[in-house]
Amino acid sequence: MFSPSGDPRPGSAPLVNLIRSLAVGELKRRQEAAEHALMNMGITFTVYGDEASIERIFPLDIIPRIVSPGDWEMIESGLRQRILALNCFLQDIYSEQKILRDRIIPPEIVLEGRAFRKICTGLKPPCGIWCHITGTDLVRGGDGRFYVLEDNLRCPSGVSYVLENRRVMKRTFPHVFETSQVRPVDDYPTRLLETLQHIAPEGVTDPTVVVLSPGVYNSAYFEHSFLAQQMGIQLVEGRDLAVIDGNVMMRTTKGFWRVDVIYRRVDDDFLDPSVFRPDSLLGVPGLVDAYRAGRVALANAPGTGIADDKVVYAYVPRLIKYYLGEDPILPNVQTYVCEDSKDRSYVLANLDKLVIKPANESGGYGMLVGPHATIEERNEFKKKIEKNPRNYIAQPTVALSRVPTIVGDAFEGRHVDLRPYILYGRDIYVLPGGLTRVALRKGSLVVNSSQGGGSKDTWVLSDIPQEGAG
Amino acid sequence: MDQQPQERGMLSRVAESIYWMGRYIERAENIARLIDVNLYLNLDLPSDKTARQWGPLVRVTGDETLFTKQYGDPTEQQVIHFLTFDPGYPNSIANCLQAARENARSIREIISSEMWEQINSTFLFFKDSKGGLESMDSPYSFFRRVRMSCHLFSGLIESTMSHGEAWHFAKLGQFLERADKTSRILDMKYYIILPSIDDIDSPYDNIQWSALLKSASALEMYRKRWNRIDSRQVADFLILNREFPRAIHYCLVHAERSLHAISGSQVWGFSNSAEKLLGQLRSELDYAHIDDIIRTGLHEFLDGLQSRLNQVGSGIDETYFSHLVPPADG
Repeated sequence: MFSPSGDPRPGSAPLVNLIRSLAVGELKRRQEAAEHALMNMGITFTVYGDEASIERIFPLDIIPRIVSPGDWEMIESGLRQRILALNCFLQDIYSEQKILRDRIIPPEIVLEGRAFRKICTGLKPPCGIWCHITGTDLVRGGDGRFYVLEDNLRCPSGVSYVLENRRVMKRTFPHVFETSQVRPVDDYPTRLLETLQHIAPEGVTDPTVVVLSPGVYNSAYFEHSFLAQQMGIQLVEGRDLAVIDGNVMMRTTKGFWRVDVIYRRVDDDFLDPSVFRPDSLLGVPGLVDAYRAGRVALANAPGTGIADDKVVYAYVPRLIKYYLGEDPILPNVQTYVCEDSKDRSYVLANLDKLVIKPANESGGYGMLVGPHATIEERNEFKKKIEKNPRNYIAQPTVALSRVPTIVGDAFEGRHVDLRPYILYGRDIYVLPGGLTRVALRKGSLVVNSSQGGGSKDTWVLSDIPQEGAG
Repeated sequence: MDQQPQERGMLSRVAESIYWMGRYIERAENIARLIDVNLYLNLDLPSDKTARQWGPLVRVTGDETLFTKQYGDPTEQQVIHFLTFDPGYPNSIANCLQAARENARSIREIISSEMWEQINSTFLFFKDSKGGLESMDSPYSFFRRVRMSCHLFSGLIESTMSHGEAWHFAKLGQFLERADKTSRILDMKYYIILPSIDDIDSPYDNIQWSALLKSASALEMYRKRWNRIDSRQVADFLILNREFPRAIHYCLVHAERSLHAISGSQVWGFSNSAEKLLGQLRSELDYAHIDDIIRTGLHEFLDGLQSRLNQVGSGIDETYFSHLVPPADG
């Protein structure tokens, strides 16, 4: 927000001026009012602990994170490029597997990946789109550049916080929005609905689109119902659906009704017990057959998870080059693949300097932050890596950028990342904004909501306001 | 592609949640009102009679066995705790509010944001006071707040939600619950009166009938209709009055209207078991006279009414919530 000289960066001026003009205690009061609003609005997620589950708000720090138009332009084009390449990759590995034959990526990394679904081979998703909704995690390094930290192509969550945070922020700082030229985010639900309608089975003119949720006990339940409400469509659970005569139908008070497009917020494993996990009570038996027969569309397509496997991630720059013939616009964070023997010996020798991530976890679970870990924890990971190298990658602790954050009565710098959301329908759309997650604990690098993280509204500016130069 | 049916109903699961949300809010409000009235009543009664006052409250809930097993004799403090905070009692206000809120949470894309925020903040307020009555300045203002929060929620159902199928399910739940609760409140006098015949027509009898009317929010409206408190007229008012919104007949008429609005069938017929059972019950009351009811026994009448209301509930469940099993090998 500030330049090294201590002046507000261009674009931050209206906000900085406002904050300077506030009476002592007023900023804190506004912060508390914002948190109170979130609690009453029930904008919470569920944390599963040892005993009962607890509902918590995802703390919102009311000092926004500001992204300049220039930075955003690069992020936007970089994400478009990346999603396009990942979609080509998915299409390829579930059909001809040219990339494996050309040895761009070792075949065993793909074929033995836990998220690779052999059963999806030969699937032809409507319009050739596999990853309709993606949330890509970016970080800004010490050099000021944005790097891709993680791809999320399964059921990325968090966009509801982006929309609700913005609503709370408009209440908190109404005047700043008039002068700052912050790009709006509220048309996301409309765009999402268009993306989903676009993939409806052929011949269906007025498709019935639904959101499929695991139910009220899922940690992201608020988001599922929020998105359904904003799009004006039904929120269903597996038990509301049945496959009858090859069609997916939902049980209504007036009989069965055909469903054409499903925005599913359940993992592959829980989609269809007759195909994936037979012990799952959540899924709909026969769903995958109906999908294969083109009677219903799924977003995202089953099998997309392999593209955000953290080992595959290390190869994404090469995928971009291979499929698009372009250099990546957004670089990866340097990544060591433990499967590779040279990388592995480096990793094992430098555990205290690296972050170790399992290939298939999300939410910050199962990670080792080397510099903050004890010797025992590091030894434990050493064993894990030696036992199953395919499952681990390592990255240097990125010097994550820090932004001013309210701590008690003062500002302190806290580490942040940024998750923009990308929709792939008729074309590729990047929501101007995204979820800025902030590690509220001093010095912490972990921003996940389940691990004590909070969020900030992300202001992408459309132009530099005149008065911002000073 | 196959043709869709003419009209799309709502999800059965959602209909069920809305129905129960309506029932639980109504139930919470009724219990809060019962306790509130009883607290006031005690101020007017000699102390040897106040002790007797709390037992009937548990009895009208129909959950006396559960109470006795856990608490023994009904004292004021224990009854209030049982009905208000006890996490082990499924119908305590705490559990009603939690169930109403859980139901609302599972359908928050269907109900209005105002409804959701109201039920959520009520739940949070209640949760903050789980320290119990001892930690409160005034139990009166606490129960009043619970009641008013429930009323506000009912008002939001009326004014912020389209009066379509979902709304009718909420109303159906509310009116059936209310009919049941009014019948139980009226029945309470049966339990209070029997132990001591001497008290009949004493000043205490009068106080008790007034309290009973107050428990049904009916005292003022009753007074406008009949000036004097008279047991026969109180029963007539609470069972058969055509205008008072907590009178049983009124509740049944409106529940039936919603039931027919949901199915789209005519009110002078039936298209499912719930409509048949409720239609029969309502038309019996259409032509009932209070003297007939008293002759057959007020308590017996109310008892029968409650079990028939339960059958209506089962009929609704079969017709709308747990129907539609997909054909085998679908």
